[in-house]
Amino acid sequence: MAVRIQTAAFDPGAETNAFLKATDGAGAAVTFTGLVRSAPDEPVAALTLECYEDLAVRQLEDLIAAATARFGLLAATVIHRHGTLLPGEPIVQVMTLAPHRHAAFEGAEFLMDFLKTDAPFWKKEATGDGTRWVEARTDDDDARERWNRT
Amino acid sequence: MKILYFAMFRERLNRSEEEVSPPAEVKTVADLIAWLRSRDEAADLAFEKPSLVRAAIDTKIVKSDALIANAQTVALFPPMTGG
Repeated sequence: MAVRIQTAAFDPGAETNAFLKATDGAGAAVTFTGLVRSAPDEPVAALTLECYEDLAVRQLEDLIAAATARFGLLAATVIHRHGTLLPGEPIVQVMTLAPHRHAAFEGAEFLMDFLKTDAPFWKKEATGDGTRWVEARTDDDDARERWNRT
Repeated sequence: MKILYFAMFRERLNRSEEEVSPPAEVKTVADLIAWLRSRDEAADLAFEKPSLVRAAIDTKIVKSDALIANAQTVALFPPMTGG
């Protein structure tokens, strides 16, 4: 299991290929890449992510440990950038490896849902009207909560 | 004790950290936030909605009733928006 927090850009394909080098007989790998979004009606010029790095490493390591125990993952990696990113750039990549696909899919989704609300990153958007801090979304809380009900 | 501020709080306070020595009656994170608000107009404004203040003590996320007695570092930040 691995956590990487960095300002440098990463290559999602290269990261996936590196992750798939040590598959340990696994039958399923899932890769999720989160990108800087910019919708036509709400164009974003840039996104700046702030991070409390020491806490982020700890939170993400704990989340990976929880996902590994819950879904029987064979490996999991989270890469998360901070600093200023442009639309289309990868922000986050979550990769899971499991004996079967359901565990790999669910493990990746669990990691993303908890990462959204429990990893100390904060987004600030730059638009044509200036900059603004992105507010936490209640549907992210709902997405995280559903794992506590099942 | 050292206090770390992140994101909107860091901007509104115009600092990312400071050393403070709160009086003995400041026992919890909620007390600390109230005390910080009482001594600084910018902090009063930054933390005007205590329900939107998250905290970590020595890199562990805690609730607002957590005791700060043995804390070396208390971080205060808004709800997280990563991913």
